[in-house]
Amino acid sequence: MSDEPVLVVSGLRKVFGAQVAVDDVNFELLPGKSIAIVGESGSGKTTVARMIVGLERPTAGTITACGRDRSKPARNGAERKSRGREVQIVFQDPYSSLDPRMSGAALVDEVLRVHHGGDPEQRGRRVSELAGLVGLDERQMNALPRALSGGQRQRVAIARALATDPRVLILDESVAALDVSIQAQVLNVLADIRDQRGISYVLISHDLAVVRQLTEEALVMQRGVVVEQGPTADLLDHPKHPYTQLLRASVPGPGWKPQRMRERLLGAEVPAS
Amino acid sequence: MTSLLQVRDLTVQLKIGADLREVLTTVNLEIAAGEAMGLVGESGSGKSMTAKAIARLLPDGATVSGSITFDGVDVLALSGADLRAHRAQVAVVFQDPRAHINPVRRIDDFMGESLRILSDVSKEEASRRAADALEEVGIDNPAKRLRQYPHELSGGMLQRVMIATALLSEPRLLLADECTTALDVTTQAEVMAIMDELRRDRGLSMLFITHDLELAGAVCDRTCVMYAGQVVETRAASVLHGDPLHPYSAALVDARPDINSTADRLLAIPGRPLSAFEAPSGCRFAPRCGYSTDDCTSHEQEWLELAGGQVRCGRAAELRGTLRGGAHV
Repeated sequence: MSDEPVLVVSGLRKVFGAQVAVDDVNFELLPGKSIAIVGESGSGKTTVARMIVGLERPTAGTITACGRDRSKPARNGAERKSRGREVQIVFQDPYSSLDPRMSGAALVDEVLRVHHGGDPEQRGRRVSELAGLVGLDERQMNALPRALSGGQRQRVAIARALATDPRVLILDESVAALDVSIQAQVLNVLADIRDQRGISYVLISHDLAVVRQLTEEALVMQRGVVVEQGPTADLLDHPKHPYTQLLRASVPGPGWKPQRMRERLLGAEVPAS
Repeated sequence: MTSLLQVRDLTVQLKIGADLREVLTTVNLEIAAGEAMGLVGESGSGKSMTAKAIARLLPDGATVSGSITFDGVDVLALSGADLRAHRAQVAVVFQDPRAHINPVRRIDDFMGESLRILSDVSKEEASRRAADALEEVGIDNPAKRLRQYPHELSGGMLQRVMIATALLSEPRLLLADECTTALDVTTQAEVMAIMDELRRDRGLSMLFITHDLELAGAVCDRTCVMYAGQVVETRAASVLHGDPLHPYSAALVDARPDINSTADRLLAIPGRPLSAFEAPSGCRFAPRCGYSTDDCTSHEQEWLELAGGQVRCGRAAELRGTLRGGAHV
């Protein structure tokens, strides 16, 4: 495994009309490592994810995946496909991100056919391999999404994203909607896949406990700006920026009492939402 | 303490197409005046159905057995004006405020409606009381907010409007159904703080439904854990986290990642949460439980008193203190 970063984001900026959604985001991601982008609604974290995967065009700044620039739109189909092979995304809601008329096996097979070709037999073997990786059996892979639970659907979505053999997987709140017991299963599956494949994750999340579990580095965004960036453990144990401190202090735990912290810590800086 | 609300052996079946499906099985629950009770469980465990049964908001065609007593009154027998009076005493705040407010009417109309129906006050008086209520939940410039439409308010603000509206009828029990789940964490802390203050000031009882065991532990006096339509454990919230009695409660605690440390591997619970109608006979958690024996699957588990709480597990006394969460799956 080389030490060349698989993803380099520098000076990334996105403006919607007069609104600056993302301002000057910088980070590097090494193979097999994971980075978290933490923030609340409207912080710009999902916009960063969408720019990396190519669903939004950056206003300024560059995104380099596997040594190739992807901040401009792809020039042709081949380039678009090769970008798809490098970076994939798993969205939050497994109920709206899967085609309701296609089984998990068909969904994964479609991606394999488009990206890697091969005969049906080869693809079938690859589908079973991916199903095993995310912990789904053959019956579940052949069922339509409506017959699957949320956790099972999310595993299908992960299997589909992994089908292109990406170097970077973006997890946009991918475990947020899952029940606690299922969330733990999916987080373990994600950790296994990273160990086995050396894939890198960009985890977009508001859940600091999940961030701690899955990532080594984290950046905290507030209204489009990165207010703090560093190793995840340091950042959570010794938050420096008042906003990171506020986020950390808002997480319930033993001995926690809800307080009107927004006013106490930040005064008038954050408008009450 | 005398209990304000008593739920005894509540069993509910819903009509789905031509079938009756059981969603709650012999649920027992008691809330004292001024007490905050947490109701924790995963999807399909019956948390919301319990709240709906208490507020008499179950869908048409539901069959209900057992009893619900509120302040000495048999809730299941109420109708007409008595039922309206009951719903004024028991207010509900739901998860998604946008789904429970009429988007084409001003906040003023929305808040005043229940008040005018229930106590026949004038429009001006209703507005005045609504403005006071908004001020109480920490909303600045209430007169302006009352003239606005729901789309002009943020999620956190709208949820505070819902709480203010629920409190307008001066209820004695608040049913809060995942009411902070859709909010950002800092807004959640804020809304919880406001609810906590109001509740203590007014001596209000609360049934606080959440999937977040730690949040329930922080704001409630006692916590009920539900699984597959049954209550499996009721304990003081302060001890449930550190000394769970039911293997499922222990597994829920351990499955959650810890914000203070990184685990090599999370202790996930194998399988998926079940609904009451698909649960096996005997102990409903047995297929996912690391401690189950033949006895667990062959016998209905009884509702036992133990360590100042109640638990539905025959092995609870023997296992206490040794429970580890699920397996490394």
